[in-house]
Amino acid sequence: MAELVAENLRRRFGDDLQRVTDERGDLTVWVDRSRVHDVLEHCKRDRELAFSFCMDVTAVDYLTLGVTPRFAVVYHLYSLATGHRVRIKTGVPEDDPVVDTAVDVWKSTDWFEREVYDMFGIRFEGHPNMKRILCHQDFQGHALRKDYPADLRWKLMRPDDLVDEISEDEMKRIRARVSHPISE
Amino acid sequence: MVFKDAALTPEEMPKTTPVPRQHGRMPTGVSWRPLEPTTDKTVLPGGRAVHLDRFPVEEEGLKTDPLVEDLMVVNIGPSHPAMHGTFRIKLWLDGETIVKAIPEIGYLHRCFEKMSESHRWQEVFPYTDRLNYMSPFLNNVGYAMAVEKLLGIEIPPRAQRIRVILGELSRIMDHFVCVGTNLVDLGALTNFWYFFRGREEIYSLLEHVSGARMMVAYGRIGGLMRDVHDGFEDEVRALLVSLPRYIDDVDKLITNNRIFIDRARGVHAISPEEAVDWGWTGPCLRAAGVPYDVRKAHPYYDYDQFDWQVPVGTTGDVYDRYLVRMEEMRQSLSIVEQALDDLPDGPVNVDDWGISPPPKDKVYNTIEGMVAHFKLTFEGIQAPVGEVYSYTEGGNGELGFYIVSDGGGTPYRIRCRAPCFAIYQNIGLTLEGCMLSDIVAIVGSLNVIAGELDR
Repeated sequence: MAELVAENLRRRFGDDLQRVTDERGDLTVWVDRSRVHDVLEHCKRDRELAFSFCMDVTAVDYLTLGVTPRFAVVYHLYSLATGHRVRIKTGVPEDDPVVDTAVDVWKSTDWFEREVYDMFGIRFEGHPNMKRILCHQDFQGHALRKDYPADLRWKLMRPDDLVDEISEDEMKRIRARVSHPISE
Repeated sequence: MVFKDAALTPEEMPKTTPVPRQHGRMPTGVSWRPLEPTTDKTVLPGGRAVHLDRFPVEEEGLKTDPLVEDLMVVNIGPSHPAMHGTFRIKLWLDGETIVKAIPEIGYLHRCFEKMSESHRWQEVFPYTDRLNYMSPFLNNVGYAMAVEKLLGIEIPPRAQRIRVILGELSRIMDHFVCVGTNLVDLGALTNFWYFFRGREEIYSLLEHVSGARMMVAYGRIGGLMRDVHDGFEDEVRALLVSLPRYIDDVDKLITNNRIFIDRARGVHAISPEEAVDWGWTGPCLRAAGVPYDVRKAHPYYDYDQFDWQVPVGTTGDVYDRYLVRMEEMRQSLSIVEQALDDLPDGPVNVDDWGISPPPKDKVYNTIEGMVAHFKLTFEGIQAPVGEVYSYTEGGNGELGFYIVSDGGGTPYRIRCRAPCFAIYQNIGLTLEGCMLSDIVAIVGSLNVIAGELDR
């Protein structure tokens, strides 16, 4: 089963796949981060693969294991039609922690990517709302990095007005819909 | 700490110009309480610097909000009786219609994933209990299965069956709470009492089995905490008699109830394509018509050998979610009955002292047993290097655990794929255009559990 997926990806991307492993029944494909968006898009659009679900997006900090690049962003995909699963991994260096967003491929990656940004400081290029999601807006640092102390405490109380999540266009659209405007 | 305001006499109260309150609008430009300047940084005993923000002023958010003049701004949550947990939705209302809604989560974030990295493998179980605290045992099973996949072991048949039985009862509990509280929010209190009585009966069984009513922590890597007590089967059979009655009672009261149908049918409908794209799983996805259930699609613990069906809805609205959950409870009862009929005898833990603790008489009377127990307690289970993603059907959908191990007694990284997190993320978009009163019906029907959402 896993060979089918691996074979399809090899046929399409060839040497761009850095490493393909199949351990404990989990197919893992490493790709360069410049190609990760293409691979993800192919995984969803290709009729043979048809990975309709992006189950999870997360990251791993390999700091204490001494692996370079330091971070890996991990995607778990699932295909409803075939029942296949695949794990796509891409390395992200510490000095330039940016990956292309997959929000245009699966909507479900929206909050998952925000959480990765919140916890690891990896930004997703093209994400419509790259903002912290679990931690407070004034929180400093990224908690799931291995060099972040687990016992550091913060006292943050400023309420978030959430207005920054409304885009200019949307603001205009909302204003146009108000039935009794008084601010004119 | 004494609040300064409380000690002020009327003369000492800060002078503010009262602004006449317009109906439905918050007055702006009024200082509700004096600002107290605080230092930006303070140093706690122990030398750690803590960042202290300014005293929060409610209207600071209103002042900067450019829509507050034209629309009514309402915060539902973070603490609100109709929000089941601590999360907040900020609403901009035009009349009673929601023009814009933005959710804010994270109020119950307690660093489950970070904390797991400093605990041994078997010490993570109490944390998993607190993920979806409506069905703690299902989380135990989900985590245990992930570590067992990493270790490459299979647990004894008896442990598998007990996991199925208690897991399905936990699922019923989860649905009891979801449907019961959802109906309370819509004004149907009686059903809540029916369901919570059934839930109490399941709690009593879990208390007999594990010692705890809610946070059972009964799962263990390689099996279970201990075998079930004598009379366990009789107690479960008694539940199989009593629980259907509660479901039937609610079914009779609600399923054809005009008031409920008016509040639920056609509300928050979602297409199957959208639901899949947003990563929905569990009863909410099945209500939209996608028959994806991990227990059927990727059966574990002999789920394929039981005779049961996956109920699906057609429109994915609040009413379909209710129907799917009601039917799932009946199917779960059927699974419990079948699993109980051939509950095998035998051990409930794997026969490996590096994973499951040796029996107590070996610990106290043999040197090998004592050494194994000591090493297991102090060094933890020695897992191999590797990574796995394991998935089970939790109360709300696919509960996934992604584990990275660097080959030691503690996990290198544990990631919990919480089903709620995916289900809740489009709430802001889908609420637009709904009525204010729909929110309680919608949020209740999604069964968002803050413990799982924020981890």
